Amino acid sequence: MINLNDILETINMIRQENLDIRTITMGISLLDCADSDIDVSCQKVYDKIVRLAGNLVKVGEDIEAEYGIPIINKRISVTPIAMLVAVSGGDPVKYAHALQRAADTVGVNFIGGYSALVQKGFSAGDIELIRSIPRALNETTNICSSVNIGSTKAGINMDAVKLMGEIVKKSAELTADRDSIGPAKLVVFCNAPEDNPFMAGAFHGMGEPDCVIHVGVSGPGVVYAALKKCDGDLGAVAETIKRTAFKITRVGQLVGSEAARRLGVPFGIVDLSLAPTPAVGDSVARILEEIGLGVCGTHGTTAALAMLNDAVKKGGVMACNSVGGLSGAFIPVSEDEGMIAAARSGDLKIEKLEAMTAVCSVGLDMVVIPGDTPSEVISAIIADEAAIGMVNSKTTAVRVIPAIGKKAGEELNFGGLLGEGPIMDVNLTASPKKFIDRGGRIPAPMQSLKN
Amino acid sequence: MKKTVISVIGKDTVGITARVSAKCAEYNVNIIDITQSVLQDMFVMVMLTDIAALNCKFKDFSEAMDSLGHELNLEIRVMHEDIFNSMHRI
Repeated sequence: MINLNDILETINMIRQENLDIRTITMGISLLDCADSDIDVSCQKVYDKIVRLAGNLVKVGEDIEAEYGIPIINKRISVTPIAMLVAVSGGDPVKYAHALQRAADTVGVNFIGGYSALVQKGFSAGDIELIRSIPRALNETTNICSSVNIGSTKAGINMDAVKLMGEIVKKSAELTADRDSIGPAKLVVFCNAPEDNPFMAGAFHGMGEPDCVIHVGVSGPGVVYAALKKCDGDLGAVAETIKRTAFKITRVGQLVGSEAARRLGVPFGIVDLSLAPTPAVGDSVARILEEIGLGVCGTHGTTAALAMLNDAVKKGGVMACNSVGGLSGAFIPVSEDEGMIAAARSGDLKIEKLEAMTAVCSVGLDMVVIPGDTPSEVISAIIADEAAIGMVNSKTTAVRVIPAIGKKAGEELNFGGLLGEGPIMDVNLTASPKKFIDRGGRIPAPMQSLKN
Repeated sequence: MKKTVISVIGKDTVGITARVSAKCAEYNVNIIDITQSVLQDMFVMVMLTDIAALNCKFKDFSEAMDSLGHELNLEIRVMHEDIFNSMHRI
């Protein structure tokens, strides 16, 4: 029989330390839905999603019951919609409505992929889709959008960076009556992964199979609890994180392969991420503080986060067949109880968060900024993040929410997993407008020349 | 064989094992092994069972155990053995 202590450890992780599977995400290719008539195209999109994902939620719930592990989200990622717009033309928002109808029918809480990949330039459909993002996010509730504006191989498309600053702002303005929630569903990427199961940045990449299951694990609370019992040096801390990440990831592998088998589609990857929630005891910031920082955001935070991020990967990589997505520690401010507290007290600032993004898995995530921040400053924030990603051959992203009509110190509350957060100060002393207005492309760095 | 772990956690009272075992019999679930322990003043019982001949849907059995738990003021969970195997064995 399995060891009693092992059984109790697993049960304790679930009942007291918030262990869960954050998401089962079905990736669906929509390339075969493209039609020169946009209404036909939208109908095909709806039909294909409903046909393939009709059972997704039920299978998720069955596995949840049988294994006794909560599976928080069941989601879908689709081919970047800009590629369908390239064929069909017409108003891209029609696709957003088709996706929303599909989401309502199959019961998933998000569909990601209202996206465009423009790291080297715009092709047919891209500009139209990007310009429609504010309307699409305003008129739907469960659709997520992302735009990839740079990569290590291509450099940074600064025309797209300029445009995205304006789009983020516009999206916030259109949803000002709902806590400016629009841009909370919009991610601007550099080096976007094509198999990411996490929202808001999930889309189904070009190299993926027709349909695939990806899994995103969670577990900051489990790591935090394990570290509370560890009083060794940093080597021992890293070892504890690795061991814990291994166990968490094994559950992800089990759930993912079982879900894929029951749905009759290939199993893609496990995303080894520590994804926090606003719940107490499920925070990445509190892990960093447990390692020894007085508060998340103080000096030493980047080093501690680098170690945490690395140890999570080392522990997880052996626990599953195939690793992908973002894989690392997330630091979304409004979705992490400890980050919210550190931002409120003023200990965590945007500049420190930017440094942290150089060593963690994503970027400036769920950061609420003053509503009067000019669009060129948002573009410059995006450019800075993209540069970090481009040079370090890693994914970086920006998901900032301009709080329309509000100033630094006030708060926004999105509710649910998106959480709540104080508006963080943005440095507006000098304008980057000339730099952003130049446009063009930042050439790919030396790091791209690997052949 | 389809092995499932039933775990019972809570304050020790008379008849817990009897009540849980009776419920297993009612649903045609075979008990293979039972381990009991006391952990930080909490009574802990872990049963390894075979549910191959279960006479209802898994979910109904799991819910029946859950409501028995509410009745006895205990936490009763029914979980497939694989989650423990995959987490603790390489």
